[in-house]
Amino acid sequence: MQLVTPGIGLIFWMLVSFSLVMFVLTKFAWKPIMKGIHQREDSIEKALEAANDAKKEMLKLKAGNEQLLRDAKDERDALMRDARKLKESIIESARIQAGEEAGRIVETARQNIQMEKMAAINDLKNQIASISIEIAEKLIGKELENKQQQQLLTEKLLKDVKIN
Amino acid sequence: MVRKLIDTVRLQIVLYSLLIAGFAYGNTATPDTAAIPNNNLHEQTEEKAFDAGKMIIDHIVDAHEWHILTYNDFHLSIPLPVILLDNGKLVVFSSSHFHHGHEAYQGYKLELEGPNEGKIVKTLEDGETVDTAAKLPLDFSITKNVVSLFISILLLCFIFISIANKYTKNPNSAPKGLQSLLEPLILFVRDDIAIPGLGKKNYARFMPFLLTVFFFIFFNNLLGLIPIFPGGANLTGNISITLVLALFTFAITTYNGNKNYWMHIINAPGVPWWLKFPVPLMPIVELVGLITKPFVLMVRLFANMTAGHIILLGFMSLIFIFGKMNPLAGYGVSVFSLAFGVFMSLLELLVAFIQAYVFALLSSIYFGMAMEEHHHTEENHTDH
Repeated sequence: MQLVTPGIGLIFWMLVSFSLVMFVLTKFAWKPIMKGIHQREDSIEKALEAANDAKKEMLKLKAGNEQLLRDAKDERDALMRDARKLKESIIESARIQAGEEAGRIVETARQNIQMEKMAAINDLKNQIASISIEIAEKLIGKELENKQQQQLLTEKLLKDVKIN
Repeated sequence: MVRKLIDTVRLQIVLYSLLIAGFAYGNTATPDTAAIPNNNLHEQTEEKAFDAGKMIIDHIVDAHEWHILTYNDFHLSIPLPVILLDNGKLVVFSSSHFHHGHEAYQGYKLELEGPNEGKIVKTLEDGETVDTAAKLPLDFSITKNVVSLFISILLLCFIFISIANKYTKNPNSAPKGLQSLLEPLILFVRDDIAIPGLGKKNYARFMPFLLTVFFFIFFNNLLGLIPIFPGGANLTGNISITLVLALFTFAITTYNGNKNYWMHIINAPGVPWWLKFPVPLMPIVELVGLITKPFVLMVRLFANMTAGHIILLGFMSLIFIFGKMNPLAGYGVSVFSLAFGVFMSLLELLVAFIQAYVFALLSSIYFGMAMEEHHHTEENHTDH
């Protein structure tokens, strides 16, 4: 019977102690603990959110970088293309110029040659004239001496002319 | 479902154990009282027969001294203060004056048998015979269970206040030491007891009570499993303790009951009118249900913890029962008794947790029911 009969003394002490312990623990333990746990959970949640945001930001940044890289590549390609075109045009124009120059030089050379040739022909003409006069002088001087000799002389003179 | 089944099985075990204990006690009590007047000196000097039922009951009920061990005629026990309120007069003295119930002191005596066994009764003028006519003095003694209660409360306060200081000192840091051991339990109470029963909106208000109740029961269950001082008092297996705990739940439920809750009791919806008028059958059933809930809480905890102690003590008693027959039989049985004792102790560790969980969970469900805004009749039916 003692087992299942509540005792007034124990009920009294239990009521007092349990109320007391509940009050004390609520004030000094449960409230700080629950607050601490809640705060920590909040901070973890915030940290996770921040990490997520950072990830998103990174992705965005990465995409931006890629765009930038692509743009840079495009620009480089365009520059290269332009440069190549420029190079080709420069070479082309240089070739044309060189051709023109060469043509001109050849022309002047031809003109010079023509001029030299003309000068040489004139000189030859003059020389032939003078030689002819000399021959004529000599011929006139020796004409009457000998017919045979005259023949020889003429031949000799002619040889001289050939040499010239 | 399974839990209910286990509970009923446990209750049966308790009842059977009580029955057996009672028989054992009754059987031995009669020859003892008969033997003394017959002046059978031989039987008195002979070693007293081992009475398992009495031993078990002595171990699970409250006492005015904290008995630690007895060796032949030497008793080692801690005397505790006796505080009596007798007709408005306060009487305080040490329980050691009773000499374990063998002597009377200041007109009071510790009754050792009969219906008032274990209680302090008044004696007649001669200071020996019990005054059966006198009213029992109100006993507010610091008994074994009260001391155990104080110890557990100091332990609870010390542990949880030191943990709370850690939370305030290093906020937002990972739990360390004792904190990391108990935080999962605190979160368990919050996430698996309070929130399912009360909902996210209301749970915070009831957390202090649920946490206190959970850890109070859990710690005391564990302390009860320690066989020697400062443990060993069967505090949560004491009906007064579970009565007060259930009263707290009942008071909080009643205080928080909203209009819906009371209307459900007075005028249950979905019930034919002839069950409520002219004979208010349903209101009576509902009112009984109101009382049954805390009553079941009280009995469940009491019965579970007491049953565990009884079984454990029963296994230990077997050693001595067989030992009295033949010392060799005692040694032989001790192997099995110890094996079963260890097994039971491990089981009791589990039960210590489960009972704390069940008490807190049911409290939280009762609070939740008292504060429910809408009627989920479907849910209520599937709940049973």
